[in-house]
Amino acid sequence: MNHALALDADARSQSPGQLAWLRFCKNRLALVSGWTLLALVLLILIGPALIAYEPNALSENQFAAPSAAHWLGTDDHGRDLLVRVLYGARISLLVGLVGAGVSLIIGVLWGAVAGYAGGRVDNAMMRTVDVLYSLPSIVFVIVLITTLEALFKNWLAGMGSTALASASRLLLLFVGLGAVSWLTMARIVRGQVLSLRKKAFIEAGHALGISNTRILLRHILPNVTGVVIVYLALTIPSIILYESFLSYLGLGIQPPQASLGSLIAAGAGQINPIRIYWWMIVFPAGFLGLTLLALNFFGDGLRDALDPKSE
Amino acid sequence: MYYFKRILALVPLLLVISLLAFVLVRVAPGGPFDKERAPASPEVERALKAKYRLDQPLWKQYVLYLGDLARGDLGPSMKYRHHSVGDIIKQALPATLMLGCLSFGFALGVGIPLGFATAARKGQWVDYGGSLLALVGICVPAFVIGPLLVMSFAIKLKWFPVALWGSPLNAVLPTLALGLFYSGRIARLMREGMLGVLGEPYIMTARAKGLTERVVLFKHALRPAILPVISYAGPMLADLLTGSFVIENLFQIPGIGVFMVTSSQNKDYPMVVGLVLLYALLLLVLNLAVDFLYSRLDPQVKYE
Repeated sequence: MNHALALDADARSQSPGQLAWLRFCKNRLALVSGWTLLALVLLILIGPALIAYEPNALSENQFAAPSAAHWLGTDDHGRDLLVRVLYGARISLLVGLVGAGVSLIIGVLWGAVAGYAGGRVDNAMMRTVDVLYSLPSIVFVIVLITTLEALFKNWLAGMGSTALASASRLLLLFVGLGAVSWLTMARIVRGQVLSLRKKAFIEAGHALGISNTRILLRHILPNVTGVVIVYLALTIPSIILYESFLSYLGLGIQPPQASLGSLIAAGAGQINPIRIYWWMIVFPAGFLGLTLLALNFFGDGLRDALDPKSE
Repeated sequence: MYYFKRILALVPLLLVISLLAFVLVRVAPGGPFDKERAPASPEVERALKAKYRLDQPLWKQYVLYLGDLARGDLGPSMKYRHHSVGDIIKQALPATLMLGCLSFGFALGVGIPLGFATAARKGQWVDYGGSLLALVGICVPAFVIGPLLVMSFAIKLKWFPVALWGSPLNAVLPTLALGLFYSGRIARLMREGMLGVLGEPYIMTARAKGLTERVVLFKHALRPAILPVISYAGPMLADLLTGSFVIENLFQIPGIGVFMVTSSQNKDYPMVVGLVLLYALLLLVLNLAVDFLYSRLDPQVKYE
């Protein structure tokens, strides 16, 4: 690529981190996506405080078209759509972040242990990943979520608490979505660790008598951070998409709580030949589309910046 | 020989998957008969459990299931009492296959030319317009584009029916909704592939010896550039076949997707395991097909 040539001139005087930052800034699409993401997050965090409506406050004013009072209109229960979209986006982003975190922990540990142990352990662990890969992930997530849901219900009933019920739904999504999204991460980390463990500095560590756990945690894992960050960034949008997909099917967030997916589902449920409530679909869908787009390009930009070999 | 081995390797893989699904659905508390309208007397419940072998230990249930499976019997559905899982799948599969294949054709038919054209006219308005179109396709998931299409083309403009399945007109909107995302992905892959190939020295040679741009693009660049598209096509078809439930749900298409969600909620054990197996088989076979096609198209790829 031509910008790589331009960077070569002053490459000697800069750290890899600075170079990555420069590469990222040269990528205008990624930079715009980054700013868009920042704006969206600020909007989600601050927005609801500035709006006079509560997300679950019912009113007589049903199916109101967008107006000065309700910027994005109201829904079938007369709730303000703008504040619901912002709250829904909070939930969607939260599920995306935490789910990606769960997948990060499982994937990195699994991949690192497999790559570092090598041999038979590696073989067994990676065959497991292959088997899980050959399960269609959407199908797997549906089966997993319904199974976990029943287990959770029993568990909560045993503790005699109902306050946790709504939070349990979120917890369920975190665990379920994280549990199906770690496979790529595990494969990538394993590949990296496999090549790292033959390096001279690891040999030196062994010669100094450092324990295996310490070598893995202190000397190998810091070296895979770049790749891990990249795939973390690319996992978040895919988990958000899964979540909205599940919520759309009624398996995700339960009312009155809402996520972008369940808002879209609610809008789609109001399609009828007599009147069209277009705002109930267009706004949540637009918000979801914009978020996914920005996250994907941001992730792509990070990959090109941090992992130049991938180009 | 290599492919023979690969096909043989599918058997243990499918066994592991079936075991996983088998155990996973049964671990969950609650049984398939919990939601019956009238609470059954203990005798009736016992009889039902005996009939579906739920009174036996898990390992024995699985062994018996495998025995049935070897004879091609996926077992009876516990929810739709008078049908076997095999019958239900046989009845519902054609609609799903049809929808998946139509969307597959649509994605390739739109994506490849779009990607080709944007790469061939790089930096011109065709490129910007086409790339923007592909972007929009990628960032809008099927369950978003579906309702929007229904709203505008079925309800407002009345060009197509709102839902149901059967006539060719019924198929248009679901195909579009399902295929749009993938056509965007294909267009991007194709564009990247073409741009990569067009930078190769042999393309310069082809141009230097005075071949027309047309021959260079179609004869020399197209074949290597299409390889990434092919390797994506297998998982894509699998995604289209397994991921169509939202679209089936929205357009009320009588496919298998509807059963996937309801049967896992109803704890219809044989149905869930049967569907998981079906989906896994589809995915595995398609991946194999891609590898095969790849070795045919790219002489550098050789499998032992």
